Amino acid sequence: MSTLTMSKALNEGLRRALEDDPKVLIMGEDVGRLGGVFRVTDGLQKDFGEQRVFNTPLAESGIVGTAVGLALRGYRPVCEIQFDGFVYPAYDQIVSQVAKIHYRSGGLVRLPIVIRIPYGGGIGAVEHHSESPEAYFVHTPGLRVVSCSNPVDAYWMIQQAIRTDDPVIFFEPKSRYWEKEEVDTTGTLADAYPLFASRVVRRAPAGRSAQATLIAYGPTVRTALHAAQVAADEGRELEVIDLRSLSPLDLAPVYDSVRRTGRAIVVHEASRTGGLGAEIASRVTEECFYSLEAPVLRVTGYDIPYPPARLEDEFLPTLDRVLDAVDRSEKW
Amino acid sequence: MLDGQAALGGALDPPTAPASAGHETGEPEFVQLLTPDGKRLTHPEYDVEFTDDELRDLYRDMVVVRRLDAEGTALQRQGELALWASLSGQEAAQVGSGRALRPQDMVFPTYREHGVLYCRGIDPIKPFVLFRGVAHGGIDPNEHKFNMYTIVVGAQTLHATGYAMGVALDGKVGGDDGEAVLAYFGDGASSQGDVNESFVWASVFQAPIVFFCQNNQYAISTPVERQTRRALVHRASGFGFPGVRVDGNDVLACYAVTRRALDEARHGQGPYLIEACTYRMGPHTTSDDPTRYRTASEVETWQGRDPILRLRRHLESRGLADDAFFDEVAADAARQAVELRERVLAMPDPQPMDMFNHVYVEGSPDLEAQREEFARYLAAFASEGPAMAAEQTGGGRHR
Ligand SMILES: Cc1ncc(C[n+]2csc(CCOP(=O)(O)OP(=O)(O)O)c2C)c(N)n1
Ligand SMILES: [Mg+2]
Repeated sequence: MSTLTMSKALNEGLRRALEDDPKVLIMGEDVGRLGGVFRVTDGLQKDFGEQRVFNTPLAESGIVGTAVGLALRGYRPVCEIQFDGFVYPAYDQIVSQVAKIHYRSGGLVRLPIVIRIPYGGGIGAVEHHSESPEAYFVHTPGLRVVSCSNPVDAYWMIQQAIRTDDPVIFFEPKSRYWEKEEVDTTGTLADAYPLFASRVVRRAPAGRSAQATLIAYGPTVRTALHAAQVAADEGRELEVIDLRSLSPLDLAPVYDSVRRTGRAIVVHEASRTGGLGAEIASRVTEECFYSLEAPVLRVTGYDIPYPPARLEDEFLPTLDRVLDAVDRSEKW
Repeated sequence: MLDGQAALGGALDPPTAPASAGHETGEPEFVQLLTPDGKRLTHPEYDVEFTDDELRDLYRDMVVVRRLDAEGTALQRQGELALWASLSGQEAAQVGSGRALRPQDMVFPTYREHGVLYCRGIDPIKPFVLFRGVAHGGIDPNEHKFNMYTIVVGAQTLHATGYAMGVALDGKVGGDDGEAVLAYFGDGASSQGDVNESFVWASVFQAPIVFFCQNNQYAISTPVERQTRRALVHRASGFGFPGVRVDGNDVLACYAVTRRALDEARHGQGPYLIEACTYRMGPHTTSDDPTRYRTASEVETWQGRDPILRLRRHLESRGLADDAFFDEVAADAARQAVELRERVLAMPDPQPMDMFNHVYVEGSPDLEAQREEFARYLAAFASEGPAMAAEQTGGGRHR
């Protein structure tokens, strides 16, 4: 057991993936000597050499496009996109090439590429450094999309993503990079919690029933847990589910919970319209219609470009907005 | 006078760079009009006669922009800015090119062109609005013919090219009063598809644009050798337009080549590429730690090529300025910095409801509903008063 930040847990996970498979490569802007702007690749170039961990020219389309070729050649590239807002130059390669090549080839070609993207706000950054573009990728068949929310998951999920034979978009909530947790790095991947599965991260204590289900992922998992804690202090229990996998979605635990609580609230930083919350609300309505006491509510970013940093606390789904939604659901 | 062709020597091969076997031997020469020790050179193609006043003004500009920039770094360190991207070391490239502009010319900056902004007569507080997190733009591109900063690396070169195509469509090229466009970008940006596409567009449409690359040797931690095997100036010929390499720490040479390139563009000769060889003396931004990827001795080497010092030496050696002048310039810069600092500290925060403004020209009913929802939410907190007092979250409203 060691206490690791999420950044360090990802670093350890990448290290282990590099050790386990000589075909694993790490490529991206400033991932070498600098160790990436969030230090996720710190020390990896020193230990695994400039052939396997390398700085690319400054061109995201190039990073992903050449990763396709490297994958065709038998490598398992792990691409780092420096910030969420800079993945768009690579969007064409991801959507038109990475997502479709396996399908086009009739299953003959596999592209085991991982595209890591630090995402989300709350760090006081300038424009283009706080976005939540996950829905664009979830909407693209052929891509798998996951997001870790804590150091333990980060350590295992990154290794599992690298082992996956489909392309995986791996979202890392940058506001959680420096959160610490005990991580047991001695286990094996086979015993790790499955990558494409959601997880109930807070239940009502035995003998008490929860009044609502909070559904979150990435940066909002902590917000949801915090809200549940505050609600519990006030005598109300909330269940919290960390989706972990955004495509495919694993909603069985969500349905199970909503059938008990009758209320569901989805929490994400991304803007509301066309976001993950809409998909989840739709599916929960289809599956749990007769159990619902209120419509599925969404606590999300508003439908505006990510605002200047001095307004981000107003934009982001905060603890208060989550509790407000719980109130609204109960009073429905 | 000496001949103004100087070799850049090993300057482009920082000791931290990976060995690059295919790298060209003998980098191309660059235009230099002022040596690091302040000697004035001439150049057969690129030269300008500067009056004594002009030389003193260029000196003052560089001192002021360096001082204002230092205030940016200081304000960030004191928690007053989220970030600052320093221009330190690039004063000559920015002041030289910025002063070469004519009033009708249009500028497309990156996020580091505070010096060009200053030369354009724009209130130097503008970038601070951005880096304090108060607004994203804060600049009216048409008022001073200076576009908003662009953070997405390279994107502005295409905007600049399209703007230049518009200038040509308007028939505003061909004479001394023709308009030219000046697009800034970095050595790192030179790898972006957008930048290469802008070269193609500018070339085939004969757009009146000058691409000004500040090759400051790094894109964050990545040395220029990871972006190119040959000097960046060579890119121009492949795309079919002229290019020139200039000592980016020589304000006179930067002025001369930019003046010439802009004048060719405004007269309808099409695009021009300028590669200004300079050095980013500080970190990439205040978030960066350059000790991880470059050596102190490399930084020291470039300190010896300081753009301000060399002009000062020149002014001194020709008796064009005395201590009283230099003291007065320093005091002027300090006074502007103090004033700027006070205004930054007094800058009002945006109002929460402001974030819903200007998403669309004509509004949207969906967004209007969200604005009202948010207003109700804020009002609920206001009416519930102290019961909602701050407890654990930064937002300060949690019950
Ligand atoms: C498309 C895109 N990718 C990545 C980044 C992150 N980033 C910001 S500045 C920078 C380096 C830019 O280097 P260069 O073009 O040489 O300009 P300099 O910062 O040296 O002035 C990077 C990678 C970005 N802003 N935009
Ligand atoms: Mg650079």
